[in-house]
Amino acid sequence: MTVIIDYQAGNLGSIQNMLKKLGEVAIITSNPEEVSQADHLILPGVGAFDFGMQKLRELNLVASLQKKVLEERTPILGVCLGAQLFCNSSEEGNESGLGFINGVVRKFPTSLNGKKFSVPHMGWDYVRPEKESKLLPTSEEGMRFYFVHSYGITCLDQSDVLAKNQYSMMYHSAFERDNILGVQFHPEKSHRFGKQLYKNFIEKY
Amino acid sequence: MAIPRVIPVLLLRNKGLVKTVKFRDAKYIGDPFNAVKILNEKEVDELIFLDIDASKENREPPYEYLKEIASECFMPLAYGGAIRSVDQIRNLIQSGIEKVCINTQSILNPDFIKNACEIFGASTIVGSMDVKKNMLGKYQVYSHVKKTSLGVNPVKHAEYLQNLGVGEIFLNNVDLDGTMTGYDLDLVKKITGSVDVPVIACGGAGSLADIEKVVKQSNASAAAAGSMFVFHGKHKAVLINYPNHSALNSIWG
Repeated sequence: MTVIIDYQAGNLGSIQNMLKKLGEVAIITSNPEEVSQADHLILPGVGAFDFGMQKLRELNLVASLQKKVLEERTPILGVCLGAQLFCNSSEEGNESGLGFINGVVRKFPTSLNGKKFSVPHMGWDYVRPEKESKLLPTSEEGMRFYFVHSYGITCLDQSDVLAKNQYSMMYHSAFERDNILGVQFHPEKSHRFGKQLYKNFIEKY
Repeated sequence: MAIPRVIPVLLLRNKGLVKTVKFRDAKYIGDPFNAVKILNEKEVDELIFLDIDASKENREPPYEYLKEIASECFMPLAYGGAIRSVDQIRNLIQSGIEKVCINTQSILNPDFIKNACEIFGASTIVGSMDVKKNMLGKYQVYSHVKKTSLGVNPVKHAEYLQNLGVGEIFLNNVDLDGTMTGYDLDLVKKITGSVDVPVIACGGAGSLADIEKVVKQSNASAAAAGSMFVFHGKHKAVLINYPNHSALNSIWG
């Protein structure tokens, strides 16, 4: 069973919708009991870093996530803020992150080499894998994904980096470390490219 | 490196799809579901729905209807039309809408916009503004509800929207709406030059070359259009269309 973790940060319906299209049953829950029974976990999220961490704590989800992810090694996919929460810290807030990967979250500057950049970064970009991965296989056509974010992840262990993208700074748009996966973009809003990614996550991990 | 977005704008009236010229003469085009289905197959970057009568009639957004649309659409969806409460935004998000476009209330109730940006995040709230030239040829912010200019300078208004916390500005040129004669590059450039948030330019697009210009010359983050994506040929036959991605890739390089 796939569990989409509800911690009051953003719309989870669109992920469930896409999984439904794929014929996958997914439940949306904030109950640690149900989280403990998952064979796949998805941590979505839109909003502020501190708000996200505080909610995870209030809902008693931090310990159950640590147990599932670090001890039982259940595959988990972080999406957008969810992926950022896997890092150690963020320039957006003062809270410590979950620390599932060694990484920091940085704010996009509004200019680079004299050129102005709008923040948040909103739009599509091609995502190309830097290493072999079942989540994001190499595609000749190129995989396009939709991004909405003001902060970007920097992985401190280079071997975790799955994809790099450039905006007003270089950031890691996807990472993979054993059972821990994260994407900065929104696969659930990225047409067939996103469908393929969720399908890969559930079938191949 | 970030691909500029190309966004069809679908105007709704009584659950039918319409297209206007200069914000008037709404012509019935067909069933929105059919249009959405075609645009979804063409893998559009994003879609904006605007209910053009909602503010005048002061009614609720059609949640169930939007939910049905969203269940088939795996791209970002924005909705605009008489949004005036946090509960409405929450219901829209639950219906599968990512972003809400707010125009009238940004002027009448700035605290509501600030509040909404804090609760839902800046990227959920799009500040929408309509601009029209007055008789002296000066740009002014226009109210489609009152059908009159508000006497406000568009640059000032864009800065005001950014200060309220919106994540994006949707800029419409009323005079060019439905004309397909090209965007107002000067106006768009003025606005993009005065704010840091992304600007979606709308009004006047007639070709891919127009889209390329408004992005490259006026620094729009996104190019939105109505007529171009619902009409075909000089007699404006209804044909829902969207450039293919290889054509778009070739202009963005």
